[in-house]
Amino acid sequence: MKRTIFSNQLLPWLLLAPQLAITFIFFLWPAGQAVRQSFLREDAFGINSSFVGLTNFRALLSSPEYMNSLQVTAVFAVSVTIMSMGVALLLAIAVDRMLKSARVYTTLLVWPYAVAPAVAGILWWFIFNPTIGVMPYVLDVVGYDWNHISSKTDAMLLVVIASAWKQISYNFLFFVAGLQAIPASMREAAAIDGAGPVRRFFDITFPLLSPTTFFLLVVNIVYAMFDTFGVIDATTEGGPAQATNIMVYKVYFDGFIGQNIGSSAAQSVILMLLVISLTVIQFRWVEKKVEY
Amino acid sequence: MIENRPGLNAMAHLVLILGVVVVGLPLWVAFVASTHTATDFMSGTVPMWPGPHLVENYSLMLERGVSTSGTPPVARMMLNSLIMALLIACGKIAISITSAFAIVYFRFPLRGLAFWCIFVTLMLPVEVRIVPTFQVVAGLGLLNSYAGLSVPLIASATATFLFRQVFLTMPDELVEAARIDGAGPMKFFRDILLPLSRTNMAALFVILFIYGWNQYLWPLLVTTDSQYYTIVAGIKRMADAVDGLPQWHLVMATAVLAMLPPVAVVIGMQRLFVKGLVETEK
Amino acid sequence: MASITLENVGKVYPGGTRAVGDVSIDIADGELIVLVGPSGCGKSTLLRMVAGLESITEGEVRIGDRIVNRVEPADRDIAMVFQNYALYPHMSVRQNLAYGLKNRGTPRSEIKRRVDEAAEILQIGPFLDRKPRALSGGQRQRVAMGRAIVREPAAFLFDEPLSNLDAKLRVAMRLEIKQLQKRLRTTSLYVTHDQLEAMTLADRLVVLNGGRVEQIGTALEVYRRPASVFVAGFIGSPAMNLLDARALPHLPGSAHAGTIGIRPEDLTVTPDGPIEFSVTAVEELGAQRLVHGLANGEAMTITQPSDATLSDNMRLSFDRGNLHLFNRETGRRID
Repeated sequence: MKRTIFSNQLLPWLLLAPQLAITFIFFLWPAGQAVRQSFLREDAFGINSSFVGLTNFRALLSSPEYMNSLQVTAVFAVSVTIMSMGVALLLAIAVDRMLKSARVYTTLLVWPYAVAPAVAGILWWFIFNPTIGVMPYVLDVVGYDWNHISSKTDAMLLVVIASAWKQISYNFLFFVAGLQAIPASMREAAAIDGAGPVRRFFDITFPLLSPTTFFLLVVNIVYAMFDTFGVIDATTEGGPAQATNIMVYKVYFDGFIGQNIGSSAAQSVILMLLVISLTVIQFRWVEKKVEY
Repeated sequence: MIENRPGLNAMAHLVLILGVVVVGLPLWVAFVASTHTATDFMSGTVPMWPGPHLVENYSLMLERGVSTSGTPPVARMMLNSLIMALLIACGKIAISITSAFAIVYFRFPLRGLAFWCIFVTLMLPVEVRIVPTFQVVAGLGLLNSYAGLSVPLIASATATFLFRQVFLTMPDELVEAARIDGAGPMKFFRDILLPLSRTNMAALFVILFIYGWNQYLWPLLVTTDSQYYTIVAGIKRMADAVDGLPQWHLVMATAVLAMLPPVAVVIGMQRLFVKGLVETEK
Repeated sequence: MASITLENVGKVYPGGTRAVGDVSIDIADGELIVLVGPSGCGKSTLLRMVAGLESITEGEVRIGDRIVNRVEPADRDIAMVFQNYALYPHMSVRQNLAYGLKNRGTPRSEIKRRVDEAAEILQIGPFLDRKPRALSGGQRQRVAMGRAIVREPAAFLFDEPLSNLDAKLRVAMRLEIKQLQKRLRTTSLYVTHDQLEAMTLADRLVVLNGGRVEQIGTALEVYRRPASVFVAGFIGSPAMNLLDARALPHLPGSAHAGTIGIRPEDLTVTPDGPIEFSVTAVEELGAQRLVHGLANGEAMTITQPSDATLSDNMRLSFDRGNLHLFNRETGRRID
């Protein structure tokens, strides 16, 4: 809170006007429309619509396809989060031991942040391409017949790898920052108390890193749920047989390709509730920090 | 580091080198592929080293593109991406910094409500309200325009919060001294606040440029005229089109070109990039 | 140049908290007035009300003949030196000094003349093209003063300008400010919590407590005739001995008084003095020493030359004229 403030009354509104206008026109109004549409059903020609209450939601929740999408989203988000955070933590711990070479390694590890999810998808789609890709060729040697076009598991693995790959750099940077924020004296004290490197990690470093870990957990789940649209659309398009049809992709597909506005809007509303709860979690607990 | 254990150090290096290789693999494969011809992939073995067709493939893509895919030359798409990224980055910074200024340095009725309106945008990513937002933009006649590509994306709670944080940490005495020195609100904003926020703006610009350049879903929806295609959205159209006739070398050349500007920004401005990344998460 | 008048000035915050009440001060043209008091006594608030940085909710502030209650800070013809200097970090020293003049549309040649003159007076010429962060604390302090001087305002307002400096520099700058103010003869209002700084600088000082004026007077007046128990305890180092009158019934005049005060230097050691004093601790100051002890169970301090011989139990006497008596209910001085 500032002690000294300007007394103008009109000026602040002028300063806020662009932001508020855009927020209202492109955020609040469409969100309101989504809520409204979720209670309506359009006729086959999209001319008339009638109020149907919670019918759209009921239809969704009893639809095996939507249940499948929920499950796929959960599996996908958890896998991406674990894989990307695990690799990033390992790399961060390794870089934390480095003195001179830390900067070089960091540069070589952070660049994927700049790669668009869609491009990441294309790259891995190519690497795993069953006929000309590098990986199926390698996997064939160990006797695994990779085919993400027909195999549900392979398709899921592909999108998880592509999504996790892109997110490693982000997690890496935050883990490195978190590790550097731990006072050296703590680890020195533990070393004097006779704890070896592995023990020190589990007794001292990892617990002290928990605020970073928790924060990244939320960020990664949000990333996997909402920012990976490009990965899916550029590769599997939700297939095969709905195996990678995550919720944001289904909203788009049902709304634009399937032209089922009511159902798409209901899905939007459910997603909104999800983002709101994730944001609340982030602000409630991350602000307070899981700390000692 | 507490004790010197050569074994552990060697292991750390090994982990890092492996990490660098795995992280870099897609880029290498893409680059290699972009230097070969279509027939090189048909032989059954995948080339692992660059071929001789680099200049040929890249100049073909930049100047002409793949006409069967309905996409314009890559140079054109890169220009569109650049315009979109710059509009988004500059637009976000401009409207966020003025909003933060209004919220921090003024007291007016409904200030709390204005703050919440901005805050709520955090919870409404475009993917969630995709259909109605598209309808609004279509209704405003903004399809196939740079405004349609950028304006709906430039409201940002994150950037506003960042500047709010920056302003809150500036000493009160600075604005008091400026007032005694005869500076009104806009003069204070221009002469004191803007210059003092320069590095924050630069750091934010790096993050937002990448954000803007990498937009995918939105450009895919609002552009049907190929003259407005952006490279990230265009690459998918291209990959779709070449599925029948595998021209992966050209798709990979496009992918490399699509990665080049944002990756160059991250590596060239690593310090600002890290600062921006950490600050926007506060 | 102008006089400053505060008439029944008060400040009540929107929540109802009172910060300042019923303050009336007449500051003559060219006078240096110091507002002194403990933290939270309202001295900074009062200064900021004169500056226009806080609204005035009661009373009237006049600079010269003009009522300035509703005048913007920039139009009050004042300049202010802040505790943390508040220099613009991205501007060079020269730009810092010139900013206020530029905003007022002062011609460029005039700005240059005034900046150079101020730099000359304050000996900051060599730093004019540096940024504030490249300067030491003392140099920054000078630049902050320079920013006030170039404006040639009707009044200087100082808000604890020396408290960010180390002790030695503080004493040196104190003297410089005094000399500068005498030379420029600019009416000045100076806020500090340091009573020594207040005494040494002030033409007159205003002792504030709980948002109200306890006493206004020259350093000697305030020291010799403190108007209240609070002033008696706050001004002077070592502090005046303040004794409960009931504990010393044999002292003259104690019947009406709640508190009796006597300064440590006004107590002398004599073999047949009326006060019995048992020593508990001695602090060596070099030229003299402070002797702490108990008299009738009350803590008491006296000053003694450093070559005086001390014993554990001594008797003290005093001159009745040196006693300060304060009213039991109001705490005000009884004459």
